[in-house]
Amino acid sequence: MNTLPQQLANGLLLGSMYGLIAIGYTMVYGIVQLINFAHGEIFMTGAFGALTVYAYILPDGTSMVVAVPLMLIGGGIVSVLVAVGAERFAYRPLRQAPRLAPLITAIGLSLALQEVVRNFYPGADKDRSFPSLDGSHDIGSVTITDADIFLVVAAIVCMSGLAWFVRKSRTGRAMQATAQDPDTSQLMGIDTNRIIVIAFAIGGFFAAVAAVSYGLKYGNIGYRMGFLMGLKAFTAAVMGGIGNIYGAMLGGVVLGVAETLASAYINHIPGMQQLGGSGWANVWAFCLLILVLLFRPQGLLGERVADRA
Amino acid sequence: MTALLEVEDLRVSYGKIEAVKGISFSVEAGQVVTLIGTNGAGKTTTLRTLSGLLQPSGGNITFDGKPLKNVPAHKIVSLGLAHSPEGRHIFPRLTIAENLQLGAFLRKDKEGIEKDIQRAYDLFPILGERQKQAAGTLSGGEQQMLAMGRALMSQPKLLMLDEPSMGLSPIMMQKILATIVELKASGTTILLVEQNAQAALSLADQGHVMEVGNIVLSGTGQDLLHDESVRKAYLGED
Repeated sequence: MNTLPQQLANGLLLGSMYGLIAIGYTMVYGIVQLINFAHGEIFMTGAFGALTVYAYILPDGTSMVVAVPLMLIGGGIVSVLVAVGAERFAYRPLRQAPRLAPLITAIGLSLALQEVVRNFYPGADKDRSFPSLDGSHDIGSVTITDADIFLVVAAIVCMSGLAWFVRKSRTGRAMQATAQDPDTSQLMGIDTNRIIVIAFAIGGFFAAVAAVSYGLKYGNIGYRMGFLMGLKAFTAAVMGGIGNIYGAMLGGVVLGVAETLASAYINHIPGMQQLGGSGWANVWAFCLLILVLLFRPQGLLGERVADRA
Repeated sequence: MTALLEVEDLRVSYGKIEAVKGISFSVEAGQVVTLIGTNGAGKTTTLRTLSGLLQPSGGNITFDGKPLKNVPAHKIVSLGLAHSPEGRHIFPRLTIAENLQLGAFLRKDKEGIEKDIQRAYDLFPILGERQKQAAGTLSGGEQQMLAMGRALMSQPKLLMLDEPSMGLSPIMMQKILATIVELKASGTTILLVEQNAQAALSLADQGHVMEVGNIVLSGTGQDLLHDESVRKAYLGED
């Protein structure tokens, strides 16, 4: 079970999840220079949206082949609505305000969303069980579950779809223009408010995809699940170069692999026996962030600041 | 005949500071009209208000018979008003071809767009040679050509150029000014803001001199070019 290929696979899987969430941070930052600290909660509400579909809407015993796509739609709708609602009612009125105001709003919104779910979602004051997909497959020395397959396929589809959309579609081109120069984009006839809403919506949908994957993989969800996942995904976005969608995915994968390998192997180094195990995973993740920022402050794929002039 | 652009008693404020204090002027179709004046006179503020990036605090703007008040910036370009902003503001990480395509963002006629991109390359051959290159790698003068080419891509009824010769080498400046003459000859209506008053007035039909938010003097380009106070203040003569 604990072979290197298995650990690498575990790291890649965790990293894909970070990467999907990191897209939301990086797209919003790229366009409005806002760190949406409520994005972890957008991820969390997506998980509860999906659970709602499974537990309260679908009849008992629905096949997972039917249930998972419907849960994805339910979670997606909830996350997109929360993300777009946050933009419209919390961030847009503060667009001209000093930077600190939307940042504090984001933190407040994050706490508010946690409390709303904890207080009003049935049974959400404790973790709730989520239908898991645990059928497993052996590929050589690596064992992966159905949930892992779902995660990998979803991440690949989402990322290649996004890459195509941003590069080739008319709206994607407008999105690049808005990120580089919002005023001039308006002079081209681009409705920049609409572009901002689309960026929030894409980030929200990707967070929901990650949330469904999370539930299917771990089998339970809770109102606090967004905090650490959000923080890690934010770390991934910064590490990859915030504002860069490829950077977000790369940062996610690097972070996932690094923390998995570190917690599996660091205790084999003489003198570091007590530093192993998953309890230390977060320590290694944030150490890696500090190292990357020390030697490459713009992130792995970040633009040099001079290019943004 | 009514003018293409009619500005009446336009006022624009940044907070409590009034940058444009009630100016009136008009631009007839086919004309080149220039606003000259020192830094801080309110020329750029006027253009940014006309294209909707700033909201006026008073007065009226009528373009092609329609009032522009409360029309958002992204809808103004579709009425036929294009703005090549001060400092060029090309999209640095997009290619030259992509920058030009963005200039035609609201147009649907693919063939017409291709034709106009070709026309921009004819006007500025250097852009054609480098069409796949990121725009941020161009020199200042080349970026200015791209900004003008991009503004023309919307097939504007009125082209507003803000400081097209600013910061350019003398040779590049001559090229840009020659292009404006060429555009004028082909019938393009232009509202030109320039610090190079000599050049601007010699090619303009009408000129207005702005000082701290007011138009203090108006006349034909030739009249102003020979006006003593203008020569003293803006053309560097004693």
